[in-house]
Amino acid sequence: MAENGTGIGAAVKRKEDMRFITGAGRYTDDIDQAGQACAVFLRSPHARATIGGIDTGAALQVPGVVAVYTGADLAADGIGDLPCGWLVKSKDGSDMIQPPHPPLAVERVNYVGEPYGLVIADSLQAARDGAEAVVADFDDLPAVVGVATADQADQLHESVPNNQCYDWELGDKVATDAAFANADHVASLDIVNNRLIPNAMEPRAAVGDYDAASGVYTLHTTSQNPHLERLVLAAFVQVAPESRLRVVSPDVGGGFGSKIFVYAEETAVIWAAGKLRRAVKWRAERSESFLADAHGRDHVTKAELALSSDGTFLGLRVKTIANMGAYLSTFASSVPTYLYGTLMAGQYKTPAIYVEVRAMFTNTAPVDAYRGAGRPEATYVVERLVETAARDLSMDLAEIRRRNFIQPEDFPYATPVALTYDTGDYEASLDKALRHIDYQGFGARRAASEANGNRRGIGFSSYIEACGLAPSQVALSLGAGVGLFESAEVRVNVTGSVTVITGSHSHGQGHETTFAQVVSDRLGIPLDDVEVVHGDTARSDYGLGTYGSRSIAVGGSALIRATDKIIAKGKKIVAHNFETTEDNIDFTDGIFAEHESNRSMAFAEVAFAAYVPANFPLDELEPGLSEKAFYDPGNFTYPAGTHICEVEIDGETGVPTIAAFVAVDDFGHVINPMIVEGQVHGGLCQGIGQALLEHGVYDDAGQLVTGSYMDYCMPRADDVPSFTVDTTVTPCTHNPLGVKGCGEAGAIGATAAVMNAVTDALGVKSLPMPATPETVWKALGSAG
Amino acid sequence: MYQFNYRKASSLEHAADLQANAEDGVYLAGGMTLIPTLKQRLAAPSDVIDVGGLDGLRGIDVGATVRVGALTAHAEVAASAEVRGAIPALSDLAEGIGDAHVRNRGTIGGSVANSDPAADYPAAVVGLGATVHTDRRSIVGDDFFTDLFETALDEGEIITSVEFPVPAQAAYAKFPNPASRYAIVGVMVAEVDDAVRVGVTGAGPCAFRSAELEAALAGGLSVSALDGVSVSSGDLNSDLHASAEYRAHLVVVMARRAVAQLT
Ligand SMILES: Cc1cc2nc3c(=O)[nH]c(=O)nc-3n(C[C@H](O)[C@H](O)[C@H](O)COP(=O)(O)OP(=O)(O)OC[C@H]3O[C@@H](n4cnc5c(N)ncnc54)[C@H](O)[C@@H]3O)c2cc1C
Repeated sequence: MAENGTGIGAAVKRKEDMRFITGAGRYTDDIDQAGQACAVFLRSPHARATIGGIDTGAALQVPGVVAVYTGADLAADGIGDLPCGWLVKSKDGSDMIQPPHPPLAVERVNYVGEPYGLVIADSLQAARDGAEAVVADFDDLPAVVGVATADQADQLHESVPNNQCYDWELGDKVATDAAFANADHVASLDIVNNRLIPNAMEPRAAVGDYDAASGVYTLHTTSQNPHLERLVLAAFVQVAPESRLRVVSPDVGGGFGSKIFVYAEETAVIWAAGKLRRAVKWRAERSESFLADAHGRDHVTKAELALSSDGTFLGLRVKTIANMGAYLSTFASSVPTYLYGTLMAGQYKTPAIYVEVRAMFTNTAPVDAYRGAGRPEATYVVERLVETAARDLSMDLAEIRRRNFIQPEDFPYATPVALTYDTGDYEASLDKALRHIDYQGFGARRAASEANGNRRGIGFSSYIEACGLAPSQVALSLGAGVGLFESAEVRVNVTGSVTVITGSHSHGQGHETTFAQVVSDRLGIPLDDVEVVHGDTARSDYGLGTYGSRSIAVGGSALIRATDKIIAKGKKIVAHNFETTEDNIDFTDGIFAEHESNRSMAFAEVAFAAYVPANFPLDELEPGLSEKAFYDPGNFTYPAGTHICEVEIDGETGVPTIAAFVAVDDFGHVINPMIVEGQVHGGLCQGIGQALLEHGVYDDAGQLVTGSYMDYCMPRADDVPSFTVDTTVTPCTHNPLGVKGCGEAGAIGATAAVMNAVTDALGVKSLPMPATPETVWKALGSAG
Repeated sequence: MYQFNYRKASSLEHAADLQANAEDGVYLAGGMTLIPTLKQRLAAPSDVIDVGGLDGLRGIDVGATVRVGALTAHAEVAASAEVRGAIPALSDLAEGIGDAHVRNRGTIGGSVANSDPAADYPAAVVGLGATVHTDRRSIVGDDFFTDLFETALDEGEIITSVEFPVPAQAAYAKFPNPASRYAIVGVMVAEVDDAVRVGVTGAGPCAFRSAELEAALAGGLSVSALDGVSVSSGDLNSDLHASAEYRAHLVVVMARRAVAQLT
């Protein structure tokens, strides 16, 4: 692979950055349609209340106010509920219970910030004034906030007894119980995986427009997957048929999962645009984002690991209560099940695993996928438990892992929790990480910290993730409501430049660069001759967008398929030109050449020939050079690695500082190492953020206490160290690029490493996250 | 924001006049506190009276005392070589406020007038024994902060400058809130006119002098003088980030760290 140049493996600077850093990016809020009105949502101030009535009279009198709509108006127009796209079944075979989720609340509200109406006006100011003039008559009810006791609290939804959405299991209970019965030692932990609030840099926004002449609706919105948005709005919510609904996600400033989902706001905005025959724009205030973006994590877990006295893992038992929030968000049900329970083998040969997950409703914002989605929670369980076991048995942190790692010769390896890992070399990453952190020198560093009155600890996290979300067959059999393939189109223009259209979506990942690198490398044409188009249902074939580190593994593979078809077609054209057969034509470095002759055609010449089809045998060879592919992989990809964190704790204040952080990841082949390193850095910041800083907190009345940056602690650059990032490579065995995906690894691996290090420094078994200075200070006292 | 009348004051008298004639006027200096409050519709003044153009309220005068004009931005105080020569602790404090944007816009007058319990300057006002000058009078620093967001300022009174005595020695130590980076606890320890003063911000409803710490340090500014000393948590703030007990602990730790800078 090329280290220099612009091909696969080259650290090319991102094509899109010039537009971003010069303020030329075009985000949803930059889009203004002629005659556009502004929308402001009416949001519940109560965590739980019935709506007695909504008086819109005064609001309609406010100058500039055009309309006030409530849930009843949407219902009257046949606008359906926001659906959850993944059906999970309970232990007893029954379907999960999905309570009604009208885009705008009708009879009752179930979380602070839940929208129950919207005011549309000529100006934002007038819409705000109008919103303040609406008088809603709420009958306040006691809120159900704590997830652990939600089954004993008031019932929130008529159709959901005990507030339980499902009670799911995975694995062999009998075998696992037997493993525990025969164990020499059982390590156990009670774990709370803290609620996080995603905080994309760009808040959510939507501009709905309706063209009366064509009857076409156009929705510009901050979506990670515009096709899914269109599908849901057309097929389930029934705003308009897909053929007359265009969804565009222009530049999107981050998502981390929170922009995968179909929300109330864009639904109401596009519907209102049709109703008013006028464009309507909404953009979230930051405080609305805190309240009404889907949150992440929020589990309460009891986990146990059974071991023999030599540290061999015999069985793992996990019991989790997962908070769904007030309603089921688009993919919420899959996160604590198929993206969580299936990861419990980690990198280890644990022979028996049994996982139970109960999903509960509470009066909090809906919880759904957030960077890593289920896999950080799983890694946290496994890696905290492994390190607890090592401490219990006085085993070395590396040694206990080595003893249990799945070995290179074991692949493909079928875990007891439904996945088959294709490839990996876990010791290679561990060894590299040990060298980088200078594991041998830790004792001396710890002594030096202690001599200064401080504490020092070290923690590992040998994580695995299932990425490249796909394959459709597996997903469908497990309850997914959509396929998980990806589409690509490679359109060669007449003079040889190439337009690549992908169903994947970039909201910071850098597709315009990496996807162009792949195509330019394969076609042997300059990087600048490749333009990547994404994010518009009118331009690309149906695609599934970006999440679950799937872009290069699935979208990139589709691209390879389409590119291969271009090369095949090119060979036909050249064969026709040279009056030979296509198996006599080779294609390398952008040149089509005939075997055993010096005749050749450059890529651009072939493109031109394709569109100026001299004497083409038209029944065998069509003009044009444009190919499509849909790629559906045979398996997930399994990025894995070892992260090691060293923390120092201020002995007087409890402030934990990350002294060193090493991440060694196996992403398979890497297209652009600079972009990958950036993805790792960002993920690590979020993983560290969860461990030390971030916490979405509701009070007992269900009010969000951390509703702004004054209280919700986002990681800043000076909260993290200068990372040591390295890679090992075992290429994925089942996709053409041998890639695995890198978008979530940092967030998946880091949290456990940090908390292992903090608890090691303190000499305590566990500590709630985030490990704030006060939490740590208290533990300093209790640990003596 | 709600609609309001924007008024630009051309002199102190004009500002006071605009205020007297407004239904509900509010002064605007750097806007770092006021503008976010307006944007969130948490305040609905009839008139916003911009005093930002009053050049007489700007600038730093270092002599027997350090006099900082009310409109002087935190960044100017942080960058002033004269301030650093006279009261390095004040430069350090200003340098640690917010971020670069906030330091370029935010003013000492606005900070002091607001009496945010977590703001930094109030620790210097009480810790150094400053005098707050207004268009009407001079207020002793010890009497200036009266409660949460409350000061001794009368309706419409304008701060013109804050005057700090030059201490024999002084140091400021801050424990920032990890989220907002305001002070969870900030402690200014100073020796002024042969007396030890300890100003504390962040910990209570407003900045105060710590009698316990001043007593402990009266015999001399040494870290060991604080060994075993504790302050009562009774009147201290408790929130998501720090309980009153933790704040009480941090007050002593920050005092030790301030003293350690001196010795
Ligand atoms: C992101 C951020 C971080 C911050 N971090 C910190 C921090 O770490 N530490 C810290 O101490 N502060 C911090 N601040 C607050 C900052 O220092 C403010 O600028 C300061 O508190 C107010 O100054 P201002 O000039 O902006 O006042 P304005 O916002 O203009 O006014 C604030 C109040 O003071 C009144 N006022 C202003 N000037 C006068 C005057 N001359 N006479 C009488 N009344 C007056 C106004 O009427 C208003 O009520 C932060 C602010 C932000 C936005």
